[in-house]
Amino acid sequence: MQDNHKVVEAYERGWLIFGLAMILVFIVIISYTVLNRGETISRGAGQIDVATVRTTSPFANPRVEQVGGEYVAYVQAFAFGYLPAEIKVKKGVKVTFYITSPDVQHGFYVEGTNINPQIIPGEVTKLEYVFKKAGTYRIVCNEYCGISHAQMFGKIVVEE
Amino acid sequence: MAVRTLSHVDVYAGYPEKKVTLYMLMLGFFALLLGTFFGPLQALNYGGIDAYPLLKPLVQSYYQGLTLHGVLNAIIFTQLFAQALLVYLPARELRMRPNMTLAWISWWMAFIGLGIAAIPLLGNAATVLYTFYPPLKGHWAFYVGAAIFVLSSYVSIYLVLDLWRRWKRANPGKITPLVTYLSLTHWLMWFLASLGLVVEVAVFLIPWSLGLIEGVDPLLSRTLFWYTGHPIVYFWLLPAYVVAYTILPKVAGGKLISDPLARLAFLLFLLFSVPVGFHHQFADPGISSGWKFFHTVLTLMVAVPSLMTAFTLAASLENAGRARGGKGLLGWIRALPWGNPVFLGPTLGLISFIPGGAGGFVNASFPLNQVIHNTTWIVGHFHLQVATMVTMSAMGAAFFLIPHLTRKPLVGIGYARASQWLWFIGMNLMGFALHWMGYLGVPRRAHISEVASQYQGAAPFMALNAISGVILFVAAGFFFYVIFATALQNRRLPEAQTPEIPFTEVVSGPEGNRVAQLTDRVGFWFAVAVILIVVAYGLPLIQMFTSLNPVPGMRLW
Repeated sequence: MQDNHKVVEAYERGWLIFGLAMILVFIVIISYTVLNRGETISRGAGQIDVATVRTTSPFANPRVEQVGGEYVAYVQAFAFGYLPAEIKVKKGVKVTFYITSPDVQHGFYVEGTNINPQIIPGEVTKLEYVFKKAGTYRIVCNEYCGISHAQMFGKIVVEE
Repeated sequence: MAVRTLSHVDVYAGYPEKKVTLYMLMLGFFALLLGTFFGPLQALNYGGIDAYPLLKPLVQSYYQGLTLHGVLNAIIFTQLFAQALLVYLPARELRMRPNMTLAWISWWMAFIGLGIAAIPLLGNAATVLYTFYPPLKGHWAFYVGAAIFVLSSYVSIYLVLDLWRRWKRANPGKITPLVTYLSLTHWLMWFLASLGLVVEVAVFLIPWSLGLIEGVDPLLSRTLFWYTGHPIVYFWLLPAYVVAYTILPKVAGGKLISDPLARLAFLLFLLFSVPVGFHHQFADPGISSGWKFFHTVLTLMVAVPSLMTAFTLAASLENAGRARGGKGLLGWIRALPWGNPVFLGPTLGLISFIPGGAGGFVNASFPLNQVIHNTTWIVGHFHLQVATMVTMSAMGAAFFLIPHLTRKPLVGIGYARASQWLWFIGMNLMGFALHWMGYLGVPRRAHISEVASQYQGAAPFMALNAISGVILFVAAGFFFYVIFATALQNRRLPEAQTPEIPFTEVVSGPEGNRVAQLTDRVGFWFAVAVILIVVAYGLPLIQMFTSLNPVPGMRLW
């Protein structure tokens, strides 16, 4: 039994070294991805007074603007839909999204992409994305927001 | 088997703590019974079948059923199981009695809190899901009831601290016995972990729901919620680990390989469980990527004690299989007691924990999380972890605990066995289906049956999910039949035949072991855990508290 115990200890040490090495590799890959591919990660662009979202804020007029050679989109996620109802951009051009909510929390998951931020009232979410393929992308709300949550969809049209 | 009917007085004479433990346990399983009833309805919904109209006027909507499912299973059942098991086991191990007045106070607090919260939940006045994210605003009775329920766990914390302190005073210089050490670290971790939820509910949500303050900050509320919301899963998991470390090896016919490693694993949970909550907020604005990355690293560190556990338990089970005569590379597996439902529950749970844990690495990997955030992938993950590993360990424990506490022999061992296999098969099919659907982008927590045609691409997996729900319905039926038929029967064994708690022996004990001695400095490690939390949460929380942006509440269901 004593000999067997020594063998077990050796295997155990090996297993823990393997585990720690695996975690280290993960951390390296995660660091690389965050630094080089982090543009779709949700970032805060400041707080906003929810009472102004539909009246006087930059979101009162939900729109896609062309600034220089790029797009800037101001989007409202509300119960139960998105404004603008259709976001139109061209493929291969960078789009900067600013998104907020006038009521409760929502999702803004763009199918077929890594765009998947949490939309929180009182906070403005910012992220960037370049659509590489033309087509229609569906936006799905994936945070429970009330009785018609499952029917909350939006649309991004990417043109050639 | 000599069986005769005895009065209640005889059963608990000399062991009044058995009665309060039984009440905790059965209240928990009653909550699980109600909550589990809604499980197959969620599964059918994701298969495109809406069974909720059948429940009107009792249940108003899918979301009300989902709220009941989450609150009863994940908050109520799990806490009551911890309060039953991890106060009773240390008391049994130390041969000491917990303070009985306080033990009953903790039960009554849990019972009354549950009762108060149940009124708005059943009345569709708090259909806010178990995360209750503001500004969705539930009825005040929901928050007040939940607070009383959670505070009852603080009494359990005190009960175990008090047992430990009394034992230390009587045994100066000795190392804390294993089960007591594991229970103690579990409760200390929960004390640190629960503070976020307590502040969120007591300082913000209760005054807000009563109309005393106009609004609450949704980002701060999320942050406080997830401060508790991730370590709470270790609060659920560690009772299952206590079963796996201190009971399962004995049930399997062997011994635990290493006592000091079990202590080390629990100590790492005490240190790393709490400062990881931002990995639930990777998608949130208002928290910088730097802090999110820091919590990613700490989250990956929490995998270490689970990797250690996987090794120690597998080695202990191999040891048991060989002690039972199993030969060869894999022959020891066949030799294990697969006919014993007490063995089946935690073992099948542990097997499911392997794919569940692998998925957890994906969730914790900051950029990868974007692919599966708020999809059914997450639901698949916690159904393998909580609904399989934690719940099956509790089921396995119930099969020996109820006969031990009541002296009533287990009824329907065949049903008990079948319930564990069916639960295992059903949950793994469901976990597979939900992960795949999530990968395809199907959102979680959605009344999908309203719009099932919108998710054609995931249709085969959604059908599989519905089938697994039916399997689980049968499994749950068998399980609840066994435990309620056991607890409610009139037969009792004579006192001399009381089934003992199958505490395991260890191959390598704590005596003279440096690691065991170091881990026993509980006060010091508690202080280290506090420092880690301050480092990981201090600055972001100060920033959020000093720039509150209150938002008015809404009821949209």
